[in-house]
Amino acid sequence: MPYIPHTEQDRREMLATIGAASIDELFREIPANLRVAPGALDLPPALDEARLLLHLREISLKNVNLADTACFLGAGIYDRYIPASVGAVISRGEFLTAYTPYQPEASQGFLQTIYEFQSMVAELYGMDIANASMYDGSTAMAEAAIMATGIKNRDRVAVSEAVHPHYRQVLDTYCWSMGIEVVTLPHEGGETKDYMAAGESACLIVQYPNFFGGIESLSEARKAADAQGALLIVVADPVACALLKPPGEYGADIVVGEGQPMGVAMGLGGPMVGLFACKKEFVRQIPGRIVGRTKEAHGDRTGYVMTLRTREQDIRREKATSNICTNEALMALAATVYMIALGKNGMRTVAESSVLNTQYAIQRLTDAGAKLKFKSKVFDEFVIELPKNPVEVRDLLLKEKILAGLPLGHYYEGLEHCLLVCCTEMRTKAEIDHYASSLKKILA
Amino acid sequence: MISKSVPEPKLIFDKSRPGRVGCNLPHADTPAVDLGATLGELRKELHLPEIAELDLLRHFTNLSHINYGIETGFYPLGSCTMKYNPKVNERTAAMPGFANLHPMQPDATIPGAFEILIGVQEMLQEITAFPYITLQPLAGAHGEMTCLMLIKAYHESRGDGKSRHTVLVPDSAHGTNPASAARCGYDVKSIPTDADGNTDLAALAKALEGEGGKEVAALMLTNPSTLGLFEPNIEKICRMVHEVGGQVFCDGANMNAMVGTTRPGDHGFDCMHLNLHKTFSTPHGGGGPGCGAIGLQAHLEQFQPMPVVRREAGEIFADYDRPLSIGRVSAFYGQFLMEVRAYTYLRAFGKEYMADISRHAVLNANYVRARLKDVLPPAHDRPCMHECILTAEKYKKENGVRALDISKRLIDYGFHPPTNYFPLIVPECMMIEPTETEAKETLDEFCDAMIAICREAVENPDLLHDAPTSQIVGRLDETAAVKNLDVRWNPKSAPVPAGV
Repeated sequence: MPYIPHTEQDRREMLATIGAASIDELFREIPANLRVAPGALDLPPALDEARLLLHLREISLKNVNLADTACFLGAGIYDRYIPASVGAVISRGEFLTAYTPYQPEASQGFLQTIYEFQSMVAELYGMDIANASMYDGSTAMAEAAIMATGIKNRDRVAVSEAVHPHYRQVLDTYCWSMGIEVVTLPHEGGETKDYMAAGESACLIVQYPNFFGGIESLSEARKAADAQGALLIVVADPVACALLKPPGEYGADIVVGEGQPMGVAMGLGGPMVGLFACKKEFVRQIPGRIVGRTKEAHGDRTGYVMTLRTREQDIRREKATSNICTNEALMALAATVYMIALGKNGMRTVAESSVLNTQYAIQRLTDAGAKLKFKSKVFDEFVIELPKNPVEVRDLLLKEKILAGLPLGHYYEGLEHCLLVCCTEMRTKAEIDHYASSLKKILA
Repeated sequence: MISKSVPEPKLIFDKSRPGRVGCNLPHADTPAVDLGATLGELRKELHLPEIAELDLLRHFTNLSHINYGIETGFYPLGSCTMKYNPKVNERTAAMPGFANLHPMQPDATIPGAFEILIGVQEMLQEITAFPYITLQPLAGAHGEMTCLMLIKAYHESRGDGKSRHTVLVPDSAHGTNPASAARCGYDVKSIPTDADGNTDLAALAKALEGEGGKEVAALMLTNPSTLGLFEPNIEKICRMVHEVGGQVFCDGANMNAMVGTTRPGDHGFDCMHLNLHKTFSTPHGGGGPGCGAIGLQAHLEQFQPMPVVRREAGEIFADYDRPLSIGRVSAFYGQFLMEVRAYTYLRAFGKEYMADISRHAVLNANYVRARLKDVLPPAHDRPCMHECILTAEKYKKENGVRALDISKRLIDYGFHPPTNYFPLIVPECMMIEPTETEAKETLDEFCDAMIAICREAVENPDLLHDAPTSQIVGRLDETAAVKNLDVRWNPKSAPVPAGV
């Protein structure tokens, strides 16, 4: 076994130093009835490296791979181009195989990248500060809601129905276990307009653009939050924020989101990277790790450390702001490389190309017999209504190597005939035309 | 490693020049539109760096040179299981048929993904003796929290969800345990450790007796404990808690001591979490992604988070028809590409070699313990499991040298320090976890360095106080970091680059 370097002689010498006759003897404190003999477990046989690769390749080929099928499915996870430099950086062993930078002197490289990550996430969202990352967008949102209940000392949160249904399910789970009530704000025509149901909530949560692709009015949301003395939490797509007026400029208190579109493979939805930004005044309530810039204790060189550590579980235990320990540092590094590789102009190019493709797709698909369901302004996603069952339409289009989108009947009453469609910068005019002509045939 | 003779690295923002770009990106070939009319309010400024591709790579390559990973050298960070992360796992996780899957594409299009998920579940069932495994949690602490949620749902289903509001946590526990309990709305009560390093049974009995016992939702126990010791009374402890209606959760951070040798599901635990990024070698990535599978006994099965991936009559599918489920704890299927890595790792070891993991992990830890016992006495006079807990108390008393100073000096010798000051109950604690992937020569070099440092502690303690001196920076001012909080680069205060 190449991962275990011990020779027979090593084992002998080591046992002699220890003063034990055998390795078994080292396990003598485990009651005999609880021990199993080496090799006794019912597991598949070991595979050598070549056979391992063949075996895994064979399994992988059973999946419909979205490098070969045109992906018009978004809904929180986006098929965006990942620059080659991202893989080159995150596969470096010094980054890949490090852990949380508990020893800052030996971890300056990673710490600096986290500081750069925090800076760019805060910039994209238009917020004062950002943390070092959360698990994913959904848990970042749930943590933000819980943080708001602490700040406002209220045990109710309000979330728009136009927020990703899975995110709301995660919020429900977290809040149930904390005894926090969740109120759902209805959508009207694909947008959040009525905030009355929120009552005395700690926060209002809206998504920007929302699950249907619609660009919510954040100034209305801000007004509603102010009227109720609630915090405004925005779940924002970081790529959209390269073009849209960012949530921070509308006065959002906390902005969270999924960082996957920035350099992280779709990977069936994991690992992802949760983004978390907020106003400076809330920095001591923020969950997760934060890296700060400082100086040497006995010198004047600049360096980076994990800071505000007294919020964290290993020091504060049950009084910590969250139980999060390991976050998504490597995926945050991927996002950092992505934001730098694209830079100011590239981020805009990607966002703009998505808008162009989306507008073209709206036109072509409606020409083909679909109806645009909502009138909202959209970024890179939109809802169409079909005269046929959207699940069947999707399955037929799959045969044409088109993943047509997400049928919404499973998630929303009244949208049983609807499909959520996404166009990133990866889609081409030819693919959109192919989608439209195939749809036309199916609907004919 | 780079020393202080090297200039301080610049921030990427300071290298930016207008007009540069680091990637040749796809431009839409669809017709142009009026962005303002289409989108509404647009942003005015976007301060992201503008860097050419080569300069981007140099930036990160140079930063990687001032960062220590397992591939740099020995990384005996206790409780974190810093073992080798096999390269073949990276190859399999990058296969297009795994990396390019959307979590909401139709289930019928991802049979291979389900095969991986069920494969990991089934192998972990056999290794842990838990009949059910779910892969939903995204990290260890997330797994702990999910287990407590299952326990909460279980008590609620029996009508005593409200009255059972206390979770017992040993004083040696990881900080995530009490924090996860608080995240689930529980009150936390600490249970002391006895002089031998075991759970204090008398104190436990007291916490469970009378009305107090009826308030106990669960005991969270790490086994082997964070003292690196196997809890010999584990069966009795589980029985004691069960007798008063409580549940027992196993913190699986130390599973590396048990793989193929003993199975926590047999010990009496009701549920446990596993850290696939520790025990099953998915890379730690500088602090994540973690990956927190959990194991459950049958009575908790119906509360599992959704989706539940199941195999029935030869068919694998995602089951959403779960009326008693606690719901979702993460957006999709958990850390899928980490599961691919763990699957690859588990299949590489297989039936033949699985037990070699725990056997060599325990051998290595006891070897380090034996070699260092004269300079750094073990906290307990018993064989350790996968990690050894040593105390540097005498150097603090006699030489004014703390465990942290020894650790910082280790950096100058080219090693990553062990975990310090944890568990909290051992004074001047050094927690050393070598893992099974380290060769005897590496352990010898490390032990020689530790012995030399302990000599320095007596002869020239300032060498330790001033350490490290071999890195790009010396010890940093953490108080100033809090006081003058600087957690982001600010475009407004940046100097205008030359030539702009």
